[in-house]
Amino acid sequence: MADSSVKLETPHELVRPALVDHGRSIQWVTENVSNIVESSTPKWWLLSFCITSPIALMGLICIVYQISNGVGVWGENHPNGWAWDITNFVFWIGIGHAGTLISAVLFLTRQKWRTSINRAAEAMTLFAVVCAGIFPAIHVGRVWYAWFLAPIPNTNAIWPNFRSPLLWDVFAVSTYFSVSVLFWFVGLIPDLATLRDRAKSRVAQIIYGVLALGWRGGNRQWRHYEMAYLLLAGLSTPLVLSVHSIVSFDFATSIMPGWHTTIFPPYFVAGAIFGGFAMVLTIMLPAARIFPQINDMITRNHVDKMAKIILLTGSIVGYAYLMELFVAWYGANKFEGFTFFTARANIDGKGWYQWAYWIMMFCNVISPQIFWFKKMRTNYVVVFVVCQFVNVGMWFERFTIIVTSLAQDFLPSSWGHYSPSTTEILTFVGTFGIFLSLFLLFMRFLPMIAISEVKGVTPEADPHNHHLKH
Amino acid sequence: MSQSRKVYGLGAEFESAASLMSAAEKIRDAGFSHWDVHTPFPIHGMDKAMGLGKSNLSAVVFVGGLLGFLTGISLVTIPSFFIYPMIVHGKPYTWATLPAFFPIIFELTVLFSAFTAVGTMFAMNQLPRLHHPVFNWDRFTRFTDDGFLMVIEARDSKFSESRTKALLEEIGAKNVTLIHD
Repeated sequence: MADSSVKLETPHELVRPALVDHGRSIQWVTENVSNIVESSTPKWWLLSFCITSPIALMGLICIVYQISNGVGVWGENHPNGWAWDITNFVFWIGIGHAGTLISAVLFLTRQKWRTSINRAAEAMTLFAVVCAGIFPAIHVGRVWYAWFLAPIPNTNAIWPNFRSPLLWDVFAVSTYFSVSVLFWFVGLIPDLATLRDRAKSRVAQIIYGVLALGWRGGNRQWRHYEMAYLLLAGLSTPLVLSVHSIVSFDFATSIMPGWHTTIFPPYFVAGAIFGGFAMVLTIMLPAARIFPQINDMITRNHVDKMAKIILLTGSIVGYAYLMELFVAWYGANKFEGFTFFTARANIDGKGWYQWAYWIMMFCNVISPQIFWFKKMRTNYVVVFVVCQFVNVGMWFERFTIIVTSLAQDFLPSSWGHYSPSTTEILTFVGTFGIFLSLFLLFMRFLPMIAISEVKGVTPEADPHNHHLKH
Repeated sequence: MSQSRKVYGLGAEFESAASLMSAAEKIRDAGFSHWDVHTPFPIHGMDKAMGLGKSNLSAVVFVGGLLGFLTGISLVTIPSFFIYPMIVHGKPYTWATLPAFFPIIFELTVLFSAFTAVGTMFAMNQLPRLHHPVFNWDRFTRFTDDGFLMVIEARDSKFSESRTKALLEEIGAKNVTLIHD
């Protein structure tokens, strides 16, 4: 029998690092997160917004130009019916996956470190999905007929084809956007109440008051609130996996060499998480620099964990790339082999887009391997640089998949080069403006860190901790 | 605020999550039923300390999800199997091709469940609500910062202005205040 007087202590190496550094109190959390919204507009914010908003405007002008002139203003032409438009769509929608992954999957797996990054990641998800939605919508050409995609019996009693992966996409992306908005808003309610109760000006009181819906934080409310949050997390987890699987079906259910593979759904999902985490860090690292106080909530420990996820998913993506090459060789299908070894990897010098393929390989597979070293994972400069490689690499992954398969397919007589038009390039740059402008507005007017959730992981929140009095 | 107005209840402040939790256990054992604790974040174990069971929100969401599932099945099968029975993409219109319809059925199930979860949560929590008597207590808004509060309503059969106040003070409450409607 063990002596009951022996005090059980966690060995030093098993003690988890605190989720909020410097033992900050919950009052400190309220003060320092609300302060970002309440203080007067910082100069750097105005400067950044002055840069991003004209870029966003340029993107909108390009969209209007494309709608009024038709898709001919883009470089897409036979045989490259899809190119930058769908590349950009898959790129942005992939980035959107990290937010839901952080909020839902890490919530279900009880990863408490998610609390300080989930709000910003969810916001990033919404803005990325907004940018993603632009491309397929205007790609249809006659945008005013886009409502044909909705399952409404129109005057001709025609229904959409429910067996088409493109219609699955419509359902998946719109469901994903709606559920992400709900999830985000439900998470915001207690924090909007915090801003409501701290607001000084009448206008702010009314706006935050209405948005907080009269939240009273009673345990009788929290009980249902927590259940709703848990259910939303449980629903979002299969949803986030389904969305990118369905996006990959756009390719996988076709007969194009290089697209027609069963590995696509898991490979796309891993790639989406990979690219999404890189974008979360791309945004959060500068934010932590601008607001030093959030460094106590988004600690090196958080960055370290996110870098590990990038390493893991990057390696899964690398495995998928190699497996595709293996199957192309082992499957002994001539066209499949041609796409992978000639059009993409260009081992015989007849391929056109080997640069895109090798940029993708370097950025997505090789560059994240540096994260095997803890020193690199906690060095913000290295992490930021690798994340930029990942952002670039993930864009090239989609470009490689789409353009190499289409440009050099079955018949050499129907091959054709592809190059983007200026409008196309400016539209893509414009979506970065839209994305960043929306994110800047979010940082300025809403709490970018989930106040109530961060409070919940401080030692003070432990109902059995009688030693701490505040 | 005029004292002639109806009393809504008594508000009390506690020092920490731990002291609020032990106070809640005592109020539960004293047999009160119309009371609540207001906290900046959900406190784990508080449901038990208040004598509340599991939220039955999940049952409603199951019904919502089922509705979405049935809507999805009807939406994809009625036009494709009955109104326009055609072979599209080489996929015939038999139940064996249901996998081709599955993504839409799945997405609608999730969509309906999520809206049901949020809508039901609002209904159960009586949100949105633009005003509530508890906001008449000037210290109430501390719950969104670092306040651990308890409110006992006057409609509770055990409520008595003086005795409940004394009980709250005995179990460690500070700033026990009368809240008017």
